[in-house]
Amino acid sequence: MNQPIISIKNLNLYFGKQHVLKNVNIEIPQNKVTVILGPSGCGKTSLLKTMNRLVDLHENVKISGQVFLDNEDILKDNVDITRIRKKMGLLSQKPSPLPMTIFNNVAYGMRINGIKRKRKLRPLVQKHLIEANLWDEVKDRMNDPASRLSIGQQQRLCLARGLAVNPEIILADEPTSALDPLSSTIIEKQFVELKRDYTIVLVTHVLRQARRIADYIVFMYLGEVIEQGPANEFFENPREEKTKAYLKGAFN
Amino acid sequence: MMRRIFKIIEERFFYGLMLASTAFLVALLLFIVLIILYKGLPSLSWEMVSQTPKGGYYFGREGGLLNAIIGSLYLATGAVVIGLFISLPLSLAMNVYFRNNKKLVNAIRFVLDLLWGIPSIVYGAFGFTIMIYLGIKTSLLAGIITVSIFILPIMVRAMDEIMKQVPLTLLESAFSLGSTNTEVAFKVVARQCFPGIVTGVLLAFGRGIGDVAAVLFTTGYTDNIPTSLMDQTATLPLAVFFQLGSPIPEVQSRAYAAALILTVIILLISVVTRFLSRRYYKTSIK
Repeated sequence: MNQPIISIKNLNLYFGKQHVLKNVNIEIPQNKVTVILGPSGCGKTSLLKTMNRLVDLHENVKISGQVFLDNEDILKDNVDITRIRKKMGLLSQKPSPLPMTIFNNVAYGMRINGIKRKRKLRPLVQKHLIEANLWDEVKDRMNDPASRLSIGQQQRLCLARGLAVNPEIILADEPTSALDPLSSTIIEKQFVELKRDYTIVLVTHVLRQARRIADYIVFMYLGEVIEQGPANEFFENPREEKTKAYLKGAFN
Repeated sequence: MMRRIFKIIEERFFYGLMLASTAFLVALLLFIVLIILYKGLPSLSWEMVSQTPKGGYYFGREGGLLNAIIGSLYLATGAVVIGLFISLPLSLAMNVYFRNNKKLVNAIRFVLDLLWGIPSIVYGAFGFTIMIYLGIKTSLLAGIITVSIFILPIMVRAMDEIMKQVPLTLLESAFSLGSTNTEVAFKVVARQCFPGIVTGVLLAFGRGIGDVAAVLFTTGYTDNIPTSLMDQTATLPLAVFFQLGSPIPEVQSRAYAAALILTVIILLISVVTRFLSRRYYKTSIK
């Protein structure tokens, strides 16, 4: 395994009194699709949101441990969190475009990074929409509100918007759970395509999806990491009893 | 069988009750509008809206209400502008910057609700005290300040209620792009809530323009159109208040005309509010 881009050490997360993540230690390899797998409510989403510190938005959060991104501990208080977040694009379960036009959704991230000129923005917006496989469908309606797109298109718009801040990592939280099968396939294919340039961390509870696109698997259960390793090893030779049970469909 | 009959009677009874309440409310509105039209319409003329009163607002039989119309518009606009500069940042702060500090936000909401409940005459008295303390005479400025304090809690709470509804996922996606609090507040939340902000502003405008008690001690009353912030000014509600008590029928009819004009302005505002919020609702994320 090459140098991990994110490594998490002894991470504990509490929402109030609820112990959500229990002593998590994982390493996420660069330019691979890492899938965080596990049944609902096992802390996958919280783990993902810790990586870009979106958990900060919740009340009564307590975190201990370390999360290293490019060898910098992002949980330290003096870290400029906006800079960290710009290194990661996020796709959530339900696509949430910003309340503006399609063009401005993609341009938003570049504008807050200081690119203001329309002449400069236009080719960049096009480039990222092509990367997200949406350009052909929206090129004639760039000034429509993003809310008019279908859900599948909105999710790809969110992907383009995330790519537009030039992240190193794409965090995806069950990005296909609200989509129809066709849109899901497009997103999955896009991930495989994008891993050449980006590191992808995908949260899912769909085992088949993990089998299709994972290079590396982190299996979680009730806030703990049960097993992690390369995908083929994980599926063919699971070490832990719980993993074996999960792969047989014992809990979901 | 009895049970079934009872159910039917119950259904009918409450259906009837709802119909009656609705009819009562609609009838009430119609009645008010009709009275104002009946009394005000005959005296409403071009002179009424284009001239100031001649020979004094209390005794003069000639002239119109232009002083009060312009005065009211100045007053409400000024108060709303001041109100907006305070209420927008405050409501954004409550829902973006301090969103995790629920104790603070709830304390602010509590204070605002208390302020909302204070009768406007108290604001009038308060404004009057402040004026004396600062040595300002009754003037448009004093009225604007008093009314802006009076409508501030209305504006903040109206915007706050809308901003509370912003979905967490929208905030998350805005923050995940590396936005600062300020960028999320003004570029995302303010835009998402634009219809609500417009509604809050117009609601406050309606309350401000229609209130008599807040301006009773603070604006003075004059036949002239104010030309500076330090001038006294007339307002439509005061025009009703002062002129209805006059023994002269022409002056009394001017009061009804003022009431009619005030009602029309407020009705127009509600219609425009609805139209605007529906229009801007489209770009909002549901």
